[in-house]
Amino acid sequence: MAKKIVTALAGVAALGIGVTTANADTLSDVKAKGFVQCGVNGSNLAGFGAQDSSGNWTGLDVDLCKAVAAAIFGDVSKVKYTPLSAKDRFPALQSGEIDLLSRNTTWSISRDSQLGFDFRAVNYYDGQGFMVRKELGVKSALELSGASVCVQSGTTTELNLADYFRANNMDFKPVVFEAQDEADAAYNAGRCDAYTTDASGLYSIRLKLGNPDDHMVLPEIISKEPLGPAVRQNDSRWLDIVSWSYYAMVAAEEFGITQANVDEMKGSDNPDIKRFLGEEADSTIGSDLGLPKDWAYQIVKSVGNYGESFERNVGQGSPLKIERGLNALWTKGGLQYAPPVR
Amino acid sequence: MTTNSMTYVRDNFIAPEAPPLSNASVIGWMRTNLFSSWKDTLLTLLAAAAVLYLLPPAIDWLFISAVWTGVDRTACLTVDQGGQLASGWSGACWAYVGDRFEQFMFGSYPRDLLWRPLLVVGLFVALLTPLLIPRVPRKGLNALLLLVALPIVAFVLLLGGPFGLRHVETTLWGGLMVTLIISFVGIAISLPVGILLALGRRSQMPIVKMSCIAFIELVRGVPLITVLFMASVLLPLFLEPGNNIDKFLRALIGVSIFASAYMAEVIRGGLQAIPKGQYEAADALGLNYPYKMMFVILPQALKLVIPGIVNTFIGMFKDTSLVTIISMYDLLGIVKASFGDSGWITPVTPLTGLIFAGFVFWLFCFSMSRYSAFVEHRLDKSYQR
Repeated sequence: MAKKIVTALAGVAALGIGVTTANADTLSDVKAKGFVQCGVNGSNLAGFGAQDSSGNWTGLDVDLCKAVAAAIFGDVSKVKYTPLSAKDRFPALQSGEIDLLSRNTTWSISRDSQLGFDFRAVNYYDGQGFMVRKELGVKSALELSGASVCVQSGTTTELNLADYFRANNMDFKPVVFEAQDEADAAYNAGRCDAYTTDASGLYSIRLKLGNPDDHMVLPEIISKEPLGPAVRQNDSRWLDIVSWSYYAMVAAEEFGITQANVDEMKGSDNPDIKRFLGEEADSTIGSDLGLPKDWAYQIVKSVGNYGESFERNVGQGSPLKIERGLNALWTKGGLQYAPPVR
Repeated sequence: MTTNSMTYVRDNFIAPEAPPLSNASVIGWMRTNLFSSWKDTLLTLLAAAAVLYLLPPAIDWLFISAVWTGVDRTACLTVDQGGQLASGWSGACWAYVGDRFEQFMFGSYPRDLLWRPLLVVGLFVALLTPLLIPRVPRKGLNALLLLVALPIVAFVLLLGGPFGLRHVETTLWGGLMVTLIISFVGIAISLPVGILLALGRRSQMPIVKMSCIAFIELVRGVPLITVLFMASVLLPLFLEPGNNIDKFLRALIGVSIFASAYMAEVIRGGLQAIPKGQYEAADALGLNYPYKMMFVILPQALKLVIPGIVNTFIGMFKDTSLVTIISMYDLLGIVKASFGDSGWITPVTPLTGLIFAGFVFWLFCFSMSRYSAFVEHRLDKSYQR
């Protein structure tokens, strides 16, 4: 009997998901209601999504929501934010509660296929890294043999750690904690030599330590964590808009267009830039996407280019001071690359 | 009859002597209460040592070394960490609580509309205070205003919509405001529903009895966190997109159902403690069921279980923090969420924030507990010796 009920429930659930995902047209919905409902990180990752003291949302992921709103409405205030925990972010997107999930979500094959989402853009290339005390004199993760490593239990981080040390024939002593706060405190108190979690997290944890300058993040990144926005499957127009809102920020950086000089750049002679900013009369780039002609101009004007957003939220302009690294433009040795705007 | 005829009888009292100094003074008090035996002396000394050991550093950390003013994280950082304070400094960062105070109280509620929650708080206090003071008359009208009129007014004021008030979605609500709304609704609903469920469970009618038992046992058997999570994650999947029941409403319903089931069991304890003779006496007077319950049984039963009822209230007040699991930010949730703001990351802000949240929770729970002690004392005359 119980089994029957479970089967019935699963059937109902599957039906529900089927109903909610079939022939959706998010862009029309968004235009009709007049705002983008964006799922963001409400808590634990500094620089990606957080509220400041006056209740305004800031962060790298939040900037992407703003860019989408700027592209559609020309107004970054046309976003409503839904702070989501790691657990309820996927149901929130599946059920249509949010239009767009921009919450440091790793793009993986199972999320792309099994969960019924679509990913395309990667607005932050993250990966698991190590932080050590400078006094250890360690310059590379490969020198960590025999070290005790603080790690949060039950995460992929823990598995990656074991794999990495086994693959490199090194010993290590895991010091495992249930909660991240405990792991932070233990590392701060010197209970382990190294601390491992996603690199973006390491920088914010470093700020909570007694003396941040005594610690360094090692260069090795031992896992791939491409973080990007996710939308519901089978809505390619909406996926186009979300992805191109992000690509526009990257392209603007490639073109050297910033928030400050975007008005000036409108008068540029470069045909690429003119086309990008919607200054060419016969260009239909915007309307083909279902957006106003000056969509890219609005994004750069109100949010800035990708580099500006990065530096402001997580880079040198923020307390986190994360290096561009993998997130530098492809022309500067990074992975951030926008397809041509033509 | 002469007064002098029985000279051996005293006709005036000797003025009473003051008690010996060793009993009346502070020393006497200490001797009886703190040092009456060697075990007491040992415990007193140990306790005093613990207090002396812990209290000065705590006071120093919380008040003396604490930072009271500042606009961002640099105010609470030492020189090593890029701030101004002396190396090795540690203390509470009250500047961060001050900077975040509005957010801790109201969440993301639009700052230009804060008069609305403040007005609701004002009305609430204005209606609750006379209800709590026994001398003030018109309790019935007062309770009606507090429990029926106020929720409607508060709903309209906070949510907006009619009368040209700007609509404020519940996703923007947060902080202490959410904690108080959920607890108030939970308390206001759980007491009457709990009484009905308790009576239903002791009813002679099989269907009523069975359904009450089923409801209570089902709800008590599942953790609140599971119900909230199911309501938040599974429910939207079953519903058509766009028909979502508001998340805040889901939390309210979940918490109220829970509190009602627990309350029912507390009240049933009180009902069972009433001797059978009371029921029979009420029957003998010819009272029908509602009268019997209202005038004979419940007044005695509820009086007995005041500690249990208040215990449930306090537990529920603190359980509201579980709504964080469905991304509603109550006081504790919003304090924890603020740790993610890179503008205020320092080694001391998390601890300061948690101490602040703990203090606010304690303030409310302690007030409830003191008031319940007062009510017990007032109603319990018959049992006092």
